[in-house]
Amino acid sequence: MSVIIILMIASISIAALFLVAFLWGVKSGQFEDDFSPSSRILFDDKPAPTKTV
Amino acid sequence: MASPVLTDGKTLCYHCGETCLNTKIHSAEKVFCCEGCKMVFQILNQSELCDYYNLNDNPGINQRIRVRKDKFAFLEDEKIQLQLISFQDEKQVHITFYLPQMHCSSCLYLLENLHRLNPGVASSKVNFTRKEADIVFLKDKTSLREVAETLTSIGYEPYISLNDLKEKRPAIDRSMVYQIGVAGFAFGNIMLMSFPEYLGIDASEKGLLNVFRWANFGLAIPVLLYSALPFYISSWKSLKHKFLNIDAPIALAVIITFIRSAFEVISGTGGGYFDSMTGIVFFMLAGRILQDKTYRQLSFERDYTSYFPIAISVLKDSREIPTALPDIKPGNTLLIHNEELIPADGILTRGKAFIDYSFVTGESLPVLKDMGEIVYAGGKQTEGNIEILVVKEVTQSYLTKLWNRDEFKEQEEINTRSFVHLLSRYFTYILLGIAALTAVYWQLNEPARMWPAITSIFIIACPCALFLSNTFTNGNILRILGRNHLYLRNAQTIEDMGRATHIVFDKTGTLTSSRQQDIVYEGHPLSADQLQQVAALADQSNHPLSKALAHHIGRTRHIEFSRFKEFAGKGIEGETEQESIRLGSSAWVTGNTGHHSGTSVFVRFGDEVYGQFRFSNHYREAIPALINDLRKEYRLSVLSGDNTAEQETLQKLLGKNATLLFHQKPEDKLRYINFLQQQGGKVMMIGDGLNDAGALKQSDIGIAVAEQTNNFTPSSDAIIEAKQLSRLNRFIRLCRANRNIVVASFVMSIVYNVIGLFFAVQGNLSPLIAAILMPSSSLSILLLTFGSSSLIARKLKL
Repeated sequence: MSVIIILMIASISIAALFLVAFLWGVKSGQFEDDFSPSSRILFDDKPAPTKTV
Repeated sequence: MASPVLTDGKTLCYHCGETCLNTKIHSAEKVFCCEGCKMVFQILNQSELCDYYNLNDNPGINQRIRVRKDKFAFLEDEKIQLQLISFQDEKQVHITFYLPQMHCSSCLYLLENLHRLNPGVASSKVNFTRKEADIVFLKDKTSLREVAETLTSIGYEPYISLNDLKEKRPAIDRSMVYQIGVAGFAFGNIMLMSFPEYLGIDASEKGLLNVFRWANFGLAIPVLLYSALPFYISSWKSLKHKFLNIDAPIALAVIITFIRSAFEVISGTGGGYFDSMTGIVFFMLAGRILQDKTYRQLSFERDYTSYFPIAISVLKDSREIPTALPDIKPGNTLLIHNEELIPADGILTRGKAFIDYSFVTGESLPVLKDMGEIVYAGGKQTEGNIEILVVKEVTQSYLTKLWNRDEFKEQEEINTRSFVHLLSRYFTYILLGIAALTAVYWQLNEPARMWPAITSIFIIACPCALFLSNTFTNGNILRILGRNHLYLRNAQTIEDMGRATHIVFDKTGTLTSSRQQDIVYEGHPLSADQLQQVAALADQSNHPLSKALAHHIGRTRHIEFSRFKEFAGKGIEGETEQESIRLGSSAWVTGNTGHHSGTSVFVRFGDEVYGQFRFSNHYREAIPALINDLRKEYRLSVLSGDNTAEQETLQKLLGKNATLLFHQKPEDKLRYINFLQQQGGKVMMIGDGLNDAGALKQSDIGIAVAEQTNNFTPSSDAIIEAKQLSRLNRFIRLCRANRNIVVASFVMSIVYNVIGLFFAVQGNLSPLIAAILMPSSSLSILLLTFGSSSLIARKLKL
């Protein structure tokens, strides 16, 4: 019986973790702009020199 | 990589992708259409930012019209600065710029690398959906003006309007998303922990059962106190106005369910209905979020301040002083530069005004004004600089006064119009009746079962099914319409659209296109060769008439001009090897100063005047078909600010019963709408310019037509893309179907309610029955609403 209680606590804590992650994600605006982050990741930090003279 | 050369021999500008006239303007083997584009390329090349061109082909913004050098001088004014910046300390300043030119990943790349162009920029972060860049810069290294100028130099001119002077926009309200998150978390876990109870947990495990029940109790508390808040708030608001909306019985049901369940758990008699309660809250929040999904990139609330600049040059002792718009007083002399908006009514004191009133009237062809004439606020000067003497303050001008009418002062709006509230009210009365009868019956027969029975009735029979069908149907229809480029302000607009009885159109810019003109040539016939010369010459100029003319003729080959000159307010002159050509106004080309009606461009080869190109409004394609369909069911009117020249054409188009009114000033339009409403009509107004703004606001549903949704539109209930206007009749049909779908699913929900009530009145509604009935009714209603609205949309080919 006590095992079930431990399992229950574990499952609820994991679910709570996801809830917190979700709330944090919404709060930090991760669902606001679905274009820039996906493109931003493709830019190199230091682009290869493309200077043409 | 060199500039792409198309198969027909045309070369595209490496920067902006427009066709180049010749290959004269080049740099590093790339060809550009104008010096402006070349300059941007050189700036980027110097800073090694040419990845900009590798990410997308020709990503640039055309730079043919350069921004005036000291345009952003007003940003040095401290008062204006304070209004714009969001945060500053001794070192840093944070500012958000709206950059409407942003359109691709190249833009994103360039704007986030701003620090390489201007070392004073500490960071820049782009929000692509809102087309904004949050920029942090260091005070001692650069200034606000310099940052704005850096952006302008690479083609992203910040859009700063008078609207930015007002209070800061409120942050986006995300509380409902948090609430649904909490409700979803609680709902999922409570369902899981209710299983043992439903599956018949062994009686020996009494302790365990209690643990599950109390855990459910605990999880349901945040749903009661936090997630269900929108329903409490809304019902409280409506009760204060002595009105019973649909949220009131829902809030009541949530609270009663919780109390009953808490009582059961505490007394140890049962598990309660926590799963049903949290589930209802979760589904209803989902419906509401779906319905309230807004188009954040669009704004329905624009007033004149979003169109007007934040500051303008005032001339004082022949010096230009940038002045914030609210500080402009009658008697000031304003210097209006080329391509600037006139912010206040005034008298033209110097220069030739060539004013584009397309913001105001939808008419894109500029109007010529001479010295001493009155110019109205809202027009855009198109050729050269002018000076005007202000006669009225900005807020008092002819156009802006329209917005300051008392009728439009926002009141706390409470949505009482929807028929859903009416339905839910009947529903609630019947429910209360049944509850009362049940109470009396059990009081007489078996008093102990009275409370369980009454509470069960409220638990099972809340109008949540009605609520769900309404919100989900609305949400789906909004989505379908949005996919077809008709953007509604909110869900109520769907219903209003379905209820309209009278449709009023604006003419210029709505029925006609401001992009296109019908051009007819009159006079001595021109040879094909001559036509080509006219087109080539017109193509050199940025004047709207020249552009339209060049487009109309269609240039097929390249002609070199040895000399080319543009005369502001008069026309253009070019010289080929053989002779000189002049295109322009009657007075300038023919020397004849007599008055003539309409807009024309005259042509002269050498010394001989050949004839004129007459411009007239072009009716949008498919408008006749649309009108033909609409006139069967609606009373139609057309309001036009123009003269009666096109009365016959229009009357033929709209039929005998339609009302046509010409010479309509903005107030006249508003008054006409008001007049129709007093006769009991529900008026749908379709317009585009600022001169329709009053009428759009007064009407029951105002639809603004936009050539591009990024463009500015007057405040309205809906924004439609001009190309989609021909499908208006089908959009209206879909909106009308909305009501039928909601009623149909309401009938279905009644069936579920009757089943539930059958158990409830007997006082033996088990949590299991509630737990099965609730999700199955919700899901089947979702399927019905989604399915039928999508099906109708498909039938209408939307």
